[in-house]
Amino acid sequence: MNMSATKIEVETATPVAVAAPVVAMTLRRPPRAETYARIARETAVRVIPPLVVIALLALVWELACRRGGSALPPPSKVFRDTKELIFDPFFDHGGIDKGLFWHLSASLQRVALGYSLSAIAGIALGVLVGQSVWAMRGLDPLFQVLRTIPPLAWLPLSLAAFRDGQPSAIFVIFITSIWPIIINTAVGIRNIPQDYRNVAAVVQLNPLEFFAKIMIPAAAPYIFTGLRIGIGLSWLAIIAAEMLIGGVGIGFFIWDAWNSSHISEIILALFYVGIVGFMLDRLIAGLGKIVTRGTAQN
Amino acid sequence: MTTYLKLDQIDKIFTCGAATTEVLKDINLTIEKGEYVSIIGHSGCGKSTLLNIIAGLTNATTGGVLLENREVNLPGPDRAVVFQNHSLLPWLTVFENVKLGVDKVFARTKKRAERDAWVMHNLNLVQMAHARDKRPSEISGGMKQRVGIARALAMEPKVLLLDEPFGALDALTRAHLQDSVMALHQKLGNTILMITHDVDEAVLLSDRIVMMTNGPSARIGEVLDVPLARPRKRLELATNITYLNCRQRVLEFLYERHRFVEAA
Repeated sequence: MNMSATKIEVETATPVAVAAPVVAMTLRRPPRAETYARIARETAVRVIPPLVVIALLALVWELACRRGGSALPPPSKVFRDTKELIFDPFFDHGGIDKGLFWHLSASLQRVALGYSLSAIAGIALGVLVGQSVWAMRGLDPLFQVLRTIPPLAWLPLSLAAFRDGQPSAIFVIFITSIWPIIINTAVGIRNIPQDYRNVAAVVQLNPLEFFAKIMIPAAAPYIFTGLRIGIGLSWLAIIAAEMLIGGVGIGFFIWDAWNSSHISEIILALFYVGIVGFMLDRLIAGLGKIVTRGTAQN
Repeated sequence: MTTYLKLDQIDKIFTCGAATTEVLKDINLTIEKGEYVSIIGHSGCGKSTLLNIIAGLTNATTGGVLLENREVNLPGPDRAVVFQNHSLLPWLTVFENVKLGVDKVFARTKKRAERDAWVMHNLNLVQMAHARDKRPSEISGGMKQRVGIARALAMEPKVLLLDEPFGALDALTRAHLQDSVMALHQKLGNTILMITHDVDEAVLLSDRIVMMTNGPSARIGEVLDVPLARPRKRLELATNITYLNCRQRVLEFLYERHRFVEAA
């Protein structure tokens, strides 16, 4: 952004300076209106293409589902059916008859808890496996097998263990999202350049200082890749788990809508699930960008 | 003067499965306090391995390193290393990179403000104080190496180990940095051991040049005294007969008697 701004500055200033140096002083900065116009142009370039595609898809969908006897409702009907849900997400009639905000927030709370646990445990295990050859030999085969087990396959077992839906759902999120975090952290730790280890050895950092000052910053880009995959997986898992455990949550909302044949509500819920998933991904990516600011190789 | 750093009967054998390679054999060398010694040899002769043994980053198979009559076999700030590729931590600023070592070495002996002042003092020595808040990716290769030197100097090492410190730099930057290192050596009187493969650099900077034979089983082939008065001036030396003779001796050793043989 900055780069292009200064570039434009130079481009506009130079020709004037050649023609009449006195005028050049007043034209140092481009006029404010011009700056706004540029920002508007850049935004338009990014926003218009996806809007066009969405409009086209909606049109195709409308045309395909508009005829009578169609199994799925067209977008216009979806909007008409779910207007109340869209415009009043905060109602609460007790039980599971709540606005979408409450369903989403219940799901997000489960994800927040399960995901935080798996981030902590995953990074710790990843550091262990990345640092110790014996830990890797012992644990890695186990991880490789366990990580292929689908999220929902864990649910009956965790229900049996916890005898309650809430901790079971959190456990499913935990066990689903932990593997990419472990594996990426371990790779990051293993890829710490020998140079950095040598520096730490010469300076005589103790293991704790080495962990905080070298290991975590050096492996941060890898760790955040794992965290980002993990958040996506935990959002996938929670929807499926909630369908089975019931209660308040966007997953059960979808299942409930299906049981009551409210297809429009399912479609609306899918939109929300997609958007929240996207925002979670962006959140972790943004966090990673801030934390790994200086870590880019040079 | 007495022996300061002593390499005693060092052998190094690398074992890879059943295959063993003897890299270094019978390395004996004594270095006096304040001396500037270069180790020169063709690539692959084990000179970097030797530096790593002195730094404590690798252990000798037999023999050992004595610093002030005490054996050293672990890495430590008393033998600070300036690495070939600077090895600055990219997530820390220039100041923080130097501070990392200073905070460890002077944790008990200096207060926080004193340590910060000491970091700045060392950055001033290498003329890098202006870049204190820059990250390594924002400064040039020569500047990075200056910061690397500052980081090592700031630990007040008994021996400063330079591992081909100018190898990755262009010729002009290299000359500039060599002059800086000479000036620092003059000013601070450090004991310096430098690995290099540049004949001019070795003759210009060193009091003694240790020439290594080709590996495997590299030995010290010859040790040459460079009897040139300090401070030395690059331009004046270009026609100095002693300088040219020393240069000739090293060149003969490297290119006639121990010509580099490409591994088959």
